[in-house]
Amino acid sequence: MSEDYRRFLRLNQLPHVWCPGCGNGMIVKSLLEAINELRLDQDRVVVVSGIGCSGRTPFVLDFNTMHTTHGRAIAFATGIKLANPELHVIVVMGDGDASAIGGNHFIHACRRNLDLTALVFNNGIYGLTGGQLAPTTPMGKRSTTSLGGSIEPAFDLVRLALGAGAAFVARTTSFDHKQCTSLIKRAISHHGFGVVDVLTSCPTYFGRMNDVAEPYDMVHYLRDTSAPAHDSACDHGPPPDTSLLPTGIFRDEERPDYAVLYRQKIAAATSERRAS
Amino acid sequence: MRPQRLVQGNEACAHAALYAGCNFYAGYPITPSSEVMEILAQEMPRRGRVFIQMEDEIASISAIIGAAWGGARVLTATSGPGFSLMQEGLGYAAITETPCVIVNCQRWGPSTGQPTKGAQGDVLQAIWGTHGDHPVIVLTASAVRDVFDMTVRAFNLAEEYRVPVVLLMDEMVAHMRENIDWPEPGEIPVFERRKPADPATFKPFGGDEFVPFGTGARFHVTGLAHGPEGFAVADENAARELKRMVGKIRDNVLKLTMVDRYRLDDATIALVAYGITSRPAQSAVDLLRDQGIKAGLLSLKTLWPFPDDAVREVARRVETIVVPELNLGQLVREIERSAAGMCGVIHVGRVDGHLLTPTQIAQGALQQEAVRA
Ligand SMILES: Cc1ncc(C[n+]2csc(CCOP(=O)(O)OP(=O)(O)O)c2C)c(N)n1
Ligand code: SF4
Repeated sequence: MSEDYRRFLRLNQLPHVWCPGCGNGMIVKSLLEAINELRLDQDRVVVVSGIGCSGRTPFVLDFNTMHTTHGRAIAFATGIKLANPELHVIVVMGDGDASAIGGNHFIHACRRNLDLTALVFNNGIYGLTGGQLAPTTPMGKRSTTSLGGSIEPAFDLVRLALGAGAAFVARTTSFDHKQCTSLIKRAISHHGFGVVDVLTSCPTYFGRMNDVAEPYDMVHYLRDTSAPAHDSACDHGPPPDTSLLPTGIFRDEERPDYAVLYRQKIAAATSERRAS
Repeated sequence: MRPQRLVQGNEACAHAALYAGCNFYAGYPITPSSEVMEILAQEMPRRGRVFIQMEDEIASISAIIGAAWGGARVLTATSGPGFSLMQEGLGYAAITETPCVIVNCQRWGPSTGQPTKGAQGDVLQAIWGTHGDHPVIVLTASAVRDVFDMTVRAFNLAEEYRVPVVLLMDEMVAHMRENIDWPEPGEIPVFERRKPADPATFKPFGGDEFVPFGTGARFHVTGLAHGPEGFAVADENAARELKRMVGKIRDNVLKLTMVDRYRLDDATIALVAYGITSRPAQSAVDLLRDQGIKAGLLSLKTLWPFPDDAVREVARRVETIVVPELNLGQLVREIERSAAGMCGVIHVGRVDGHLLTPTQIAQGALQQEAVRA
């Protein structure tokens, strides 16, 4: 039976601002499917975003929503989650948001392992500001600030998150809808900091600058430049070195998250206080 | 006998935050504010409250704003370089009407400047540092007990007006030790957050009530110009919201004004001082009085909204206002504006990292006397 996802939408805030053919809507659909399948309490879901096209996600979602500042969504989310650990806090970020201006918050969140879910809407370019170079723009690809092709190596967000110590790390695409939903679901259920790097299409800028302007071609570009490296059910390991961006789960580690450790610290401190 | 404690300004600040019910602190170490954070790192977990050290000051202020919407009473403390980084978050707190307290133990600047030397160089930044017109309350403290009271006051005002409140301390008051009467629980009133009767129909903006996330209201918070529901607005609606936000502070200036008056009744020279500088200024009044000069002191505890009426009332009665500040002339401009030519206004500044002495302040006043005689 098909579900009616309208109950998760603020219908009076539609239409959304995204361009026709933008991949963001597909990621949001996956997110809503994941939330639905996990039967999360709508009143306890918080969606926090930064600034960017991706940052517009929370506007249309009928949860507790917060549209923060560029790059800082994870830091805001850290406060929300620690103030009320009962909340399911989901952070949506652009790739520039997460790895340029917010890179510092991103790596420290990976290291700290607070129970947040971080989704990076990774279109390899700055969408909202009009198609400038991102830290994730593949070398050689064009943007409005790298018209001759980028001469900078790109960040691989999966490797970045693994290196920074994130407990759950996965990559998927907005093309592979089933995988996208299942990995977002896994990331939300995981206790600890979960990162999903979602490669997504921006036909308007990435596409137009790089000869894949047709939304359909842009989706094929995602399909043809990535490859499932791991079955999401099996285990894992670092991404193989291929020219294709591997998708799947690259780490799925259960260890005490920050809130658990903090509760232990409170218990120790309060018993010490009582004893003294 | 009342309990007394010999404590440092920063220690008083940390304990006052606990007293005021602060249950979330996020910060990044920086001299001369670090003791606030070190004390809370110990004391918060003992009370089941949250302390977290963040990766920088942008993260710290972002985390406390998030925590406020998670339901906490929140604080961060920093000094100049960190305060500069916090301007982004301060603006976000202002436009989202988030109750939060930011303590800035001022040090000599700009930039890294002199980390262990006090100054009063961040006054205008505290008022105007973030971009755009915005509501903010700025308070100061001139003694250790004053730090305690003003910290509790900062929490109360943050909650009552739903604004960021900046408490401007300085290296001297932060590190000074004084024996103070330790407030008993209940002695200083603590303002409880106003809650709406029905959270489900709560509109997050435009009123003074506040409910956090997770209570069933499901609203949107954004740094974009927004209306009462939290969704983006433009044109005259954006103007209306901005005026309302700024107005809730500006229109309540009389309620928000906190000043101390010392020997002002018959004064012909008024010192107008704030923060640590109020201390030598008070001694300067006595020095001048000993020389037969009718001096008095108006000590400002609220710096923003600017206590215009209090300054104007003095300007009307005296011949000269003397403004001692540990900077090259900041609040003096507001004071000149208030005085509006009703009396002379002169500035006595010091920026070598040391406190102005009573003699220096008195001399500054006397030179003015000499000019006039
Ligand atoms: C401090 C700050 N600097 C710059 C900007 C302008 N800005 C808005 S979004 C953005 C980048 C958008 O790219 P990305 O984060 O990848 O998100 P996308 O729009 O592609 O979803 C920039 C630079 C800003 N809002 N704030
Ligand atoms: S600019 Fe790109 S990322 Fe932004 S909405 Fe359009 S297609 Fe999507």
